Amino acid sequence: MATSTAVRDDGGRSKSSILYNPVLRQIIYQVLTCIIIAWLIWYAASNVAENLARANMTAGFGFLNGRAGFDIAQSAIPYSSDSPFTRALLVGFINTIIIAVCGIITATIVGLLVGIGRLSSNWLIAKLCTVYVEVFRNIPPLLVIFFWYKGVLSLLPDVRESLSLPLSVFVSNRGIFMPAPIFGERFWIVPVALVVGIIGALVYRRIALKKQMATGKASPILLVSLLLIIGLPLLAFIAIGAPVTFDPPVLGKFNMRGGTVVGPEFLSLYMALSFYTAAFIAEIVRAGIKGVSKGQSEAAAALGIRPGLTTRLIILPQALRIIIPPLTSQYLNLTKNSSLAVAIGFADLVAVGGTILNQSGHSIEIIAIWMGVYVTISLATSLFMNWFNTKMALVER
Amino acid sequence: MADKLAYLRETFLQPLPPPTSDNTAIGWLRRNLFASVTDSVISLIALVVVVWFLINVVDFLFVNAVWTGTNRLACATVAQGGTLPDTWHGACWAYVNAWFTQFMVGSYPRDQLWRPITVAILFVATLVPLLIPKVPRKGLNAILLLIVLPIVSAVLLLGGVFGLPFVETSFWGGLMVTLILSFIGIAVSLPIGILLALGRRSQMPIVKMACVTFIELVRGVPLITVLFMASVLLPLFLTPGTNIDKFVRALVGVSIFAAAYMAEVIRGGLQAIPKGQYEGADSLGLSYFQKMTFVILPQAIKLVIPGIVNTFIGMFKDTSLVSIINMYDLLGIVKASFGDATWLTPVTPLTGLIFAGFIFWLFCFGMSRYSAFMERHLDTGHKR
Repeated sequence: MATSTAVRDDGGRSKSSILYNPVLRQIIYQVLTCIIIAWLIWYAASNVAENLARANMTAGFGFLNGRAGFDIAQSAIPYSSDSPFTRALLVGFINTIIIAVCGIITATIVGLLVGIGRLSSNWLIAKLCTVYVEVFRNIPPLLVIFFWYKGVLSLLPDVRESLSLPLSVFVSNRGIFMPAPIFGERFWIVPVALVVGIIGALVYRRIALKKQMATGKASPILLVSLLLIIGLPLLAFIAIGAPVTFDPPVLGKFNMRGGTVVGPEFLSLYMALSFYTAAFIAEIVRAGIKGVSKGQSEAAAALGIRPGLTTRLIILPQALRIIIPPLTSQYLNLTKNSSLAVAIGFADLVAVGGTILNQSGHSIEIIAIWMGVYVTISLATSLFMNWFNTKMALVER
Repeated sequence: MADKLAYLRETFLQPLPPPTSDNTAIGWLRRNLFASVTDSVISLIALVVVVWFLINVVDFLFVNAVWTGTNRLACATVAQGGTLPDTWHGACWAYVNAWFTQFMVGSYPRDQLWRPITVAILFVATLVPLLIPKVPRKGLNAILLLIVLPIVSAVLLLGGVFGLPFVETSFWGGLMVTLILSFIGIAVSLPIGILLALGRRSQMPIVKMACVTFIELVRGVPLITVLFMASVLLPLFLTPGTNIDKFVRALVGVSIFAAAYMAEVIRGGLQAIPKGQYEGADSLGLSYFQKMTFVILPQAIKLVIPGIVNTFIGMFKDTSLVSIINMYDLLGIVKASFGDATWLTPVTPLTGLIFAGFIFWLFCFGMSRYSAFMERHLDTGHKR
């Protein structure tokens, strides 16, 4: 933005007109932008109003309190077709979160293994992992979903001839039927014990690190933490008399009765998203590990640090700094891709919203809800990322 | 001193042959597969899994596959009314063969097939020289590909002029639609993306805010909601009575989505240009548009060509989502073919999806290889 107010020496009259004043120009451009945007909004809004009036509809979110009137096969909270639309949307949102969390966990584990595998000195493993990444990265996730749904899971036997696995688990083309746990009265003590265990482990870790800083003596942090996190709930569970019974699925005349079922829609979506995202995570992990210069591990070796400790204390923290930002954006992608559920009828936020949209015709409101929810999720994630980046940023000289 | 020293050798020794572990097959195996006990166990397990998997895949795809036939009976087992044994499990290529033209161009009138074929030839003829770094006249080539070709293709494919019969877009389908959607999406999103990226880096707060809002809003939501918006809301936003083609609606959705992602890629390039370049252009007295078109953008875009190709790969995969809003792109038409009673067998979906997956894979893998090649080619010591 050079301020080039070249003043010619011709009787004190400035040749450069006021139009060349950069400040004024900026104001003009911005006013123009405002006018264009305002006109676009006005144009769209007036057309929407007219179109709605023609269709005898009113805008607004009031319709959400009406009776939904459709069933949802897989719901984590009580829901029936008499529930209001809001309840249906909530079910969809919870399903989105469930599939996202399950997918993220699996994709991270698979991606980590494959990413490390690609760097393996074992030729076969490295090549296998490369093939995995190159295959899954280059195929649309929607196709992978259909592959599992129409190509693989629908080829499984009928319910009446379902494969029965040990522990009363049955696999058929209607999903995996499993015994449903029925929790006794005082079962709430176990999750409470788990939370207490986690807090205890964190506190212990803090104290132990402080002690190590002061005296140089290391404490068995991992062992104690594991004992606290796993042992405490287990102890509580036994102490209150193991109040869990199982309701196994029984083969009825046409379908399974009892138990819980994981539907083929969920399974195919879950597997497709996990394996698809895992390919990207593998590349991120590989880049992260390769991004730590070799000098770091050599310096650690020169200081006499054992290889295991080198990985844990020197390579991993630096690799994580490279890995975590793109990893979060992959997590976000997985969450957004879970909207592909609509293609196979798994009731996520988009699928439920689509049903409501078709039923009530309130397209603007539904699309606004979708966008609001997803944008909130991504904004929250990017806020976390900013916080994380400032916390982890390299403090340089 | 001239006496013979007992410990001095008088003749040179012949060099020993290199250790066998270095360059023989056994040495390679030992180093790469059986370096330690754990390694050996892992290798053996992996080998067994790979061999088992490959045998099954080859069996399904080639050995057991049915190559010829006119209807579902060719690929049906005895229990399903056909002649194949009940344990048979293989690909039904006869079905892909029968549907092949559909998969490529959808329901495009069969007597007009020369039109999509001509467009495909023109596309290859303008694309290939652009991709080879040594061929000169890149600017002219890019104009031909990005501006002339779309117009010529639109005339050829739609028709209605020069005596060509009019073909509605509802007859379009298959790979043709996938390619058109992703190609136009990228051709439209590139200029819009550049404008958005410049806007985002502008010093004018309102322009900047508008661009940031647009980019973050579109990048924050799944493509499917943008497509729904384009297909459901677009007619609502326009003057009552306007009827927009379904194809155009999908095109708008895809372009909006691609533009936001493209803007971020180009912003990365703009940020990588050192400040001295901006200041140098300013000190030469160039105006903002001269500065951008002649100094900054050529460098910035060259930097992010791999990023642009990656966005294109993403777009190419993402266009498969238009099948959800009832358009017949490659995946959409493959999905639609599952309902065809002539070829209704349990293996039909699997065969169709493997075929579609292979085509998608071929395109995406080719593009990513090209992107990697460009990265190496452009990496000529301009490292910061």
